[in-house]
Amino acid sequence: MNGVDAVSAVLDLRDVTVTYRTAEGPLPAVRGVDLTVRPGEVVGLAGESGCGKSTLVGTVLRLQPASATVEGEVLVLGQDVQSISWGKLRALRWAGASIVFQGALHSLNPVQRIGAQIAEPIRLHEPELSRQAVDVRVEELLEQVGLAASRKRSYPHQLSGGQRQRVMIAMALACRPQLVVADEPTTALDVMVQAQILDLLKDLVRDLGVGLLIISHDLSVLADICDRVVVMYAGRIVESGRANEVFTDPLHPYTKALSGAFPRIGDPAARYAPAGLAGDPPDPRDLPPGCSFAPRCPLAVPECTVAEPPLVEVGPGRPVACIRVGES
Amino acid sequence: MSAQPAVDAGATPFLEARDLSVEFVTRSGDVARALDGVHVSVQRGEILAVVGESGSGKTTLARTLIGLQRPSAGEVLLEGAPLSYSQKGLRGLRSRVQMVLQDAAGSLNPRQTVYESVAEGIRLHRRVARDPENRSEAELVAAALAEAGLRPPERLFLRYPHELSGGQKQRVLIAGALALRPELILADEPVSSLDASIRGEILALLLKLRSDLGMGVVVVTHDLGLAWNIADRIAVMYLGRVVECGTTEEVLSRPRHPYTQALLSVVPEIDFLEPVVLHGEIPDPSRIPAGCRFHPRCPQLASGAAATAGVADDCVGTPLPVLPAGGDHRVACHLDAVRTT
Repeated sequence: MNGVDAVSAVLDLRDVTVTYRTAEGPLPAVRGVDLTVRPGEVVGLAGESGCGKSTLVGTVLRLQPASATVEGEVLVLGQDVQSISWGKLRALRWAGASIVFQGALHSLNPVQRIGAQIAEPIRLHEPELSRQAVDVRVEELLEQVGLAASRKRSYPHQLSGGQRQRVMIAMALACRPQLVVADEPTTALDVMVQAQILDLLKDLVRDLGVGLLIISHDLSVLADICDRVVVMYAGRIVESGRANEVFTDPLHPYTKALSGAFPRIGDPAARYAPAGLAGDPPDPRDLPPGCSFAPRCPLAVPECTVAEPPLVEVGPGRPVACIRVGES
Repeated sequence: MSAQPAVDAGATPFLEARDLSVEFVTRSGDVARALDGVHVSVQRGEILAVVGESGSGKTTLARTLIGLQRPSAGEVLLEGAPLSYSQKGLRGLRSRVQMVLQDAAGSLNPRQTVYESVAEGIRLHRRVARDPENRSEAELVAAALAEAGLRPPERLFLRYPHELSGGQKQRVLIAGALALRPELILADEPVSSLDASIRGEILALLLKLRSDLGMGVVVVTHDLGLAWNIADRIAVMYLGRVVECGTTEEVLSRPRHPYTQALLSVVPEIDFLEPVVLHGEIPDPSRIPAGCRFHPRCPQLASGAAATAGVADDCVGTPLPVLPAGGDHRVACHLDAVRTT
C-alpha cells in the first residue's frame, strides 16, 4: 500500500484515529488506520461489533458525532474531508461519495414514495435539471438496481427487505459518486437475496468503475466479492491482503477465528463442531496491555502483553499485526 | 465435540406436526396459506433444522409447534397426544418445550434485570416448589445462567439488557428457557444477529445441552452453515411446504431439489456447485402457483431440463404430494421423481 498516488485513490485514510469523549473518559474507537480504495476496486472491512468499523465509515463523509475527535487524514477524491469547508463537503456528499447505511428498513422514510426519496439528492445536487429529467433519472436508477421503474410510486412498506436494499443502492448511485461505502449491505437478508445484492454490487463496480468499500462481519461474503480485505480488531487493523488469501489462508489468530466461524459445508470436521472464539471484545476505554487480542487468543504467550504488535509485512501486500506469525 | 446420539427413529416422536396448515385472511380478503400441509417430527434429543428463506413459513411452523398459533388444519402432537389449546394444556406444553425467539435484544424487557428475566418463567411454572433438589429461586436462576455459559452467574443478576453484549443477551434468553428444564428448545434464528466469533459459542452451547441434558432442538434458520454445524436432520421449506428432508449429510452433500441446490450454491464458500442465483423472491402465499409451487423460479424448468425429461407439464400443472415426516431422504420434485426411478 506504499506510494499510493493520492489523486488516483478515491478513498485514502492516513493514520486515522477517532476518539469519543464520554462521561467515563476518552474512548478510542479507531486507532491509527491506513486504508486505500482505488477506482473500480472493492475493498472489504471485516470485524465484529465495537471494533470501530462503523465509526470509520462515519469519518468518510464527516458524519461522526460532535463528541468524536478525528486525527489523521481522510482523503476522498483527494480532498481532506475533515478540514474542507461546509460547501465543499456538501458537494462531496452524494456526488463524490455516498454511503449505503446498515438497516435499509430504518433508513428510508416510511411516508414518502421511494421515487421521491431517490430524487431528493439529485434535485439538491443538480437543481438545473427539469422535473422530467429527474424523473427519467430515477427510473433509470431503479432499473439499474433491478427494480421495475413503476416501483417509484411504492412506499417502503410495500417492498421486501431485498427490494428496500436495492432502493438504498439506487439512492447511493443517484448523483454518480466515485466512491460508495456499504455498511453491512446484506446482513439482515436471506441467502438468496444476499447473493442477488452481491451480484448487483459486483455488476455496478464493473459497469460504473466506482470504488466500493464494504463493511461486514462475515468474512466469507467479503471473500466472495472483494479484491482486498482489511480485518479490524479493537480499533486497529490486524491483517490485510488479497481477499481470497485472507479468507482461505488467514494468518492473524483473530482472522483465523473469523474465517472458521462459517463452516465449509461438506467438511466433516465441522460436523457437530462449530468454531467459536471465547469471550467478548475488550472495552476500548480499558484495553488490555500489549496486543488487544491476547486475552482471547489461543496462541497468546507472555510476550504478547508487553507491547502492541506493529503491522509487519509478512508477504507482498500482506501486513499482519501478530508477533507469533512467522514463528515456525 | 458431541457426536450424534443414537436416536430411535421408530419411536413415537417427541413433537410432531401432522399435515399442518395455517391460513391467514389478508385485509383484502385473500387467504394466505402460510403453512400448507407440513409434516415434521423431532425425536427426543434430536436436532432438527428447518431451513428456508423469509416467507417460507418456517417461523409460522415454530409458532404453531409451541401453540402460539392454532392450525387451520392438521394437528401438533406431543408424545403422540394431540395438543390441548386450553390454558392448562399450553402451560403443560411450555414447561416441556421452550422457544428462544429471534432478536435477543428485542425479546428481553429493557427494564427487567437479568435475574427477573430468568426468574419469571420459574415463578410462572412453579419450579421452586417442584424442584427435586429443593433449591431456592436464586439457586435455580444461577444454575440456568451458568448452564447457558454465563459465569459467574451472580455477577449478572442485577445487570440490565443494555449492559450486556449481544452474545450475553442471547445466553440470557437461552437461560430463561433452560430454567424450566424443557425437553425441547425451539430456536428461531438463534445466531443471525450475532457476530461471527460469538456464533460458534452459542451453537456449541446447544450441542452441549443436548449431550449433557438430552435436550432436543428445533432450529429455524436460513443459515445452511448452522445446519451443517449442529443439525441431525434438515427440512427445507418453500412457500409453506417441506420440499426436501433427510439427514444433514444427505440434504447438504447430495441435495436433490432444485431449490435446495440453488440455496446451497449461493453460500459463498460452496465450490462443488455452480452458483445459481434465483430471480425474485418467494411469491405471495395468497397466490400459490399451480403444479409445483417452485416452478416459476425453478432453474431446471427454465433451462429446459424438465422438458427434456418429459415432466415440464407436470411441473406447471400437477401438484406434488406432501412429504412425510422423518425417515429417508425425500424430495417433492417431478424431475427428481423421474430421475430416481
